[in-house]
Amino acid sequence: MIVCRRSISTLLALIVASALALRAAPQSEPAPSGAVPAQTSQQPAQQAMQQIAAPRNALAVVVLDPAHGGADQGARGSSGIVESDVVLSFARLLRISLEAQGLRVILTRQANEGPSFDDRSKIANAQRGVIFITLHVSSTGPAGTVRVYSLPQPAAPAVTPASNPAHPGLVLWDHAQQGFLDLSRKLAELVQIQMAQRFRSSPETPLAAAVRQLRTVAAPAVAIEVSSVSLPDRAPLDQMAPVLADGVARAVAAFRLVYEAGVK
Amino acid sequence: MSRALKTTIVILAVLVVFGLITLPSLRRAIQRISGSSRPEEQARREVMQIPISTPTDVKVTAQMYWLSAASPASLEATPIELPLSADPVERSKQLLLALIDNAPAPERRTLPPDTTLLAFYIQPDGTAIADFSDALQQETPSGILSEQMAVDSIAQTLGANVNAIRQLKILIHGQEAETLAGHLDLSGLFPVPSAAQAATPVSQAPTTPTTTGAGQTKPAGPAPAPPTPAKKAPN
Ligand SMILES: [Zn+2]
Repeated sequence: MIVCRRSISTLLALIVASALALRAAPQSEPAPSGAVPAQTSQQPAQQAMQQIAAPRNALAVVVLDPAHGGADQGARGSSGIVESDVVLSFARLLRISLEAQGLRVILTRQANEGPSFDDRSKIANAQRGVIFITLHVSSTGPAGTVRVYSLPQPAAPAVTPASNPAHPGLVLWDHAQQGFLDLSRKLAELVQIQMAQRFRSSPETPLAAAVRQLRTVAAPAVAIEVSSVSLPDRAPLDQMAPVLADGVARAVAAFRLVYEAGVK
Repeated sequence: MSRALKTTIVILAVLVVFGLITLPSLRRAIQRISGSSRPEEQARREVMQIPISTPTDVKVTAQMYWLSAASPASLEATPIELPLSADPVERSKQLLLALIDNAPAPERRTLPPDTTLLAFYIQPDGTAIADFSDALQQETPSGILSEQMAVDSIAQTLGANVNAIRQLKILIHGQEAETLAGHLDLSGLFPVPSAAQAATPVSQAPTTPTTTGAGQTKPAGPAPAPPTPAKKAPN
């Protein structure tokens, strides 16, 4: 009978062990869609924060971001226009116009690399006295128009805390742009005015949109989007490039006065 | 203890050990055969695509936000007759299905025709969670403008026709996505203009500046959308 009991308890132990093994097996079901994931859930804890210096310098650096690159071509038109190529040529021309003003210009990519959103933000966040401009060509919109975007003011500040209560001097990486919304809006206004003067039917005032790239930049930051890759060929876009470069450079020169007046 | 009982226990023990070794791979094989999550999405899709009708359905004039025919860089409130439920969740599903399927012309679409609404919830604080199929991410034209028009059309249509919703969270296939199609940030919540706010544009909404912000819940007096400065035809 003792043997029998041992066998039965061994059997029970094996059944329990098999049940545990089943639970530990990898789950491939998608997460329940009812729950809203936490905003910072994708960021490792050590990456969630970064010390960000307040802008105390004169405006000296412009980080230009030719968006997309690598496997991500961005918008693609049926005529073969590829956003990632066009924005790179825009950035190269704009670099020349900005350097002519004595500004240091850093491109987030030189060729067809594909840095992540955070990699691009890091380049700006490592600088002082810096602004960030990300360049895009849209799939849609009236041909030959240019729209300038900055992040909107948060509807409810509690949803997007900019500072970390445990470390008041630190700003949450995920919300690095929160402290720069007003300056970004000002920069967007100045650029949009120049665009409206140069490109007919462009809006007179800038727009607000939750552009992912801007969220993690701890500096005045705007997105410029040109319409569009749907043109029958690339020539009109190439013709826009020097005009756009001149307009943006003038806007940055005007913004420099605003920035330096407010930054002592 | 009888010999037969001992033998049975030994055989059972061997079977359990064998099961322990083979079950994880068996489980994976079953998942492979069943095609993992795709048929699940297909099944949900079939369920959600069936026009939803509830006992409280009443035919009303709903304000739908599609691209403006005259000014395609903005949205325009378009009244259509739609049977809508009194239940906010069912009502929202009916509206989103119509937003995907009933656009008056292809060029006025804001959401890809293959998009399906996989799930929809409203939390007690007024946060609506809309879970769309991968098609929304894969087939929405890439660009800040087009992606913002897509999100705006959802937020404005819900805001104009459902009272219970304050903000909107968009999921793709049950997961949080970083962007809609390479540009627009889906990690946060999008404000939904309430019916009370409908008469005035919501200046703080990330999704409103290029749109009308003029949602109406009542069929009477739908405010036509003020066009944005962009006026030329696309392309
Ligand atoms: Zn882009």
